[in-house]
Amino acid sequence: MATAAPAPRLLSAEGLSDRPVSLWRTTWRRLFQRRSAIVGLTILIALVLTAIFAPWIAPYDPTDDLIGDEPVEARQPPCIHLLGCPADQPQHLMGIDSNVRDLFSRVVYGTRYSLVIGFTAVGFAVVVGTLLGALAGMLGGTIDNVIMRVMDVLLAFPALLLAIAIVAVLGPGLTNALLAIGIVSIPIYARVMRASVLSTREMDFVSASRALGEGTLGILFRVVLPNAMTPLIVVATLGIATAILDAAALSFLGLGAQPPTPEWGSMLGKDRNQVFTAPHLVFFPGLAIMLTVLSFNLLGDGLRDALDPRLGRKGTKLGEA
Amino acid sequence: MIQYVIRRLLASIPVLLGILVVVFLLARLIPGDACKAMLGEKATAEACERFNRANGLDKPVINCIASVRPLRLGGCLVNPFETQFFIYAGNLLQGDFGQSIRFSRPVTIILAERLPTTIELSLAALTIAIVVGIPLGVISAVKHNSPADVATMIGANIGVSMPVFWLGLMLAYLFSVVLGLLPPSGRITAGMASAPFYDVWGWAVDAATPRYKVLEFFANLYLLNSLVTGQWEVLRDVLRHLILPAAALATIPLAIIARMTRSSLLDVLGQDYVRAAKAKGVPRAAVVLKHAFRNALLPVVTIIGLSLGSLLGGAVLTETVFGLAGVGRILFEAITARDYPIIQAFTLVIAVGYVGINLLVDLSYTYLDPRIRLK
Repeated sequence: MATAAPAPRLLSAEGLSDRPVSLWRTTWRRLFQRRSAIVGLTILIALVLTAIFAPWIAPYDPTDDLIGDEPVEARQPPCIHLLGCPADQPQHLMGIDSNVRDLFSRVVYGTRYSLVIGFTAVGFAVVVGTLLGALAGMLGGTIDNVIMRVMDVLLAFPALLLAIAIVAVLGPGLTNALLAIGIVSIPIYARVMRASVLSTREMDFVSASRALGEGTLGILFRVVLPNAMTPLIVVATLGIATAILDAAALSFLGLGAQPPTPEWGSMLGKDRNQVFTAPHLVFFPGLAIMLTVLSFNLLGDGLRDALDPRLGRKGTKLGEA
Repeated sequence: MIQYVIRRLLASIPVLLGILVVVFLLARLIPGDACKAMLGEKATAEACERFNRANGLDKPVINCIASVRPLRLGGCLVNPFETQFFIYAGNLLQGDFGQSIRFSRPVTIILAERLPTTIELSLAALTIAIVVGIPLGVISAVKHNSPADVATMIGANIGVSMPVFWLGLMLAYLFSVVLGLLPPSGRITAGMASAPFYDVWGWAVDAATPRYKVLEFFANLYLLNSLVTGQWEVLRDVLRHLILPAAALATIPLAIIARMTRSSLLDVLGQDYVRAAKAKGVPRAAVVLKHAFRNALLPVVTIIGLSLGSLLGGAVLTETVFGLAGVGRILFEAITARDYPIIQAFTLVIAVGYVGINLLVDLSYTYLDPRIRLK
């Protein structure tokens, strides 16, 4: 974990390298030097593959019950042949849920929902937040003040509570839960973007492009935005983790995805009263949520270290944790 | 210092006003009307009219806006202060949060009953997070790259990724069903009661006075109440009920605090003055605890303050899992029942508390790092 990353190689044997050092290539290389980032990326890739190939991985239909098809009962614990479950019984890796459906198939399909939820909610928040932050930073003055005060008000509420209130206004459902989580996370991105804009705005290369006749919008999109990407990518990756967690929480409370959608939070919420008699119904969806969130957290931490040029030399600095 | 506090308080007025407006509008924007929610879907128009008049819901929301959802204009009053918003804000300034529509009781007394549950839970969780998290972080930093460090950091990474509600359910299953050690839900065993301290001490309290509400608030902090009155049985019982929800709620802040303590301390341990202290022969423990630790605390305090917000969000989930009648649960129920006064009061209290905590965090900086002058 603490392997000191070698500084990007600017000098080749003959002196200055003729190829420019690409930020992305350096980042990739540094990323792969961190064990936690590799673990995160591996889990994430596995999850993405599971989501894509869900119909081939899942042995059963996630919303269809098995009544009449197989001799199984509701809330039957897992039956795994390798672990000694009699071969004449049908195999159900994670057991049967309250509606006599194969839990494993539902958990597999749930991957799709969680990943889509994470990326969409954060995507929405990043687009809106970045625009607001950029406007505030570039224009300054009253507009800056108004935008940032509104962001302050949004930040004054605990995120999940505000999301609950917004879903209450919009009505329960997966799309509205997504929107609520998106809205709640806007201030984070607005702040990051504004800070980046403020720090880049005064740089010499910005003055240079202005002198070359670039307009405010051109400067924003062609000069400032690319320079603000680094912190945004890190914050967004970590933000996906939070978004997935919050979406699962909303579904758990019955405000997000509705049954029979195989969404992990809603599966957990619906069967939470069965935890004392059939703990597998709660255990597996929760484990899936945790793994997904963990992968984004690990990747986000790794990205933060890899993208931060100050960390390159020392190896053991802030955030390596 | 005092000047700074005053300026900060003044600066938070626009934010507080914004919160007030957002809270008020959010409550009105929730679809469905209070009358139908309370009197049932078949309530007649006359009954609803009476109900609305009794609860002040017949007045325009803001001047010239009769209702927010659906947006209906009209209802312009000669005196704009007779709108729902101004009546609400005016009452609020006098400490009157109104009557709960559902319970027909003053919201303040409901606050006094429910708030303590959540405060107790959150503080217990925060205590666990700090008491366990900071030492873990210190050990990790001091024994950098040791197995203990690696294990702590793996644990911390898993901790921040843990869905609170899942952990809560799993803890309840493990500790009450499998091991049979702790109760799975509730705040106190049924049949056991925490006698309020004002009764124990024989204070005469009139239930109609604001003083009663304040006393009731403190009496409902069961831990505090049973501690000062010496009801040890109750204290033990309350603690046994509190452990699981508090532990579940503590996981995420604990992990964050441990990580922050570790990285901040690592940073400080690499500083020249730490090397100087080591060089002049100060014992290792003293170097870490006296020279480095205090300087490493700053970001840790910030993160503790920040995690209080997520703690409140998590409290909603923890209360649901463990069947606790706290703020989270009542807010959730109030939203379904369109109990506007409750929704307004509780979200307002939470948001204001949150703003206040942030101020406290900023103030603590001067204490921890005298170089920081608050301006």
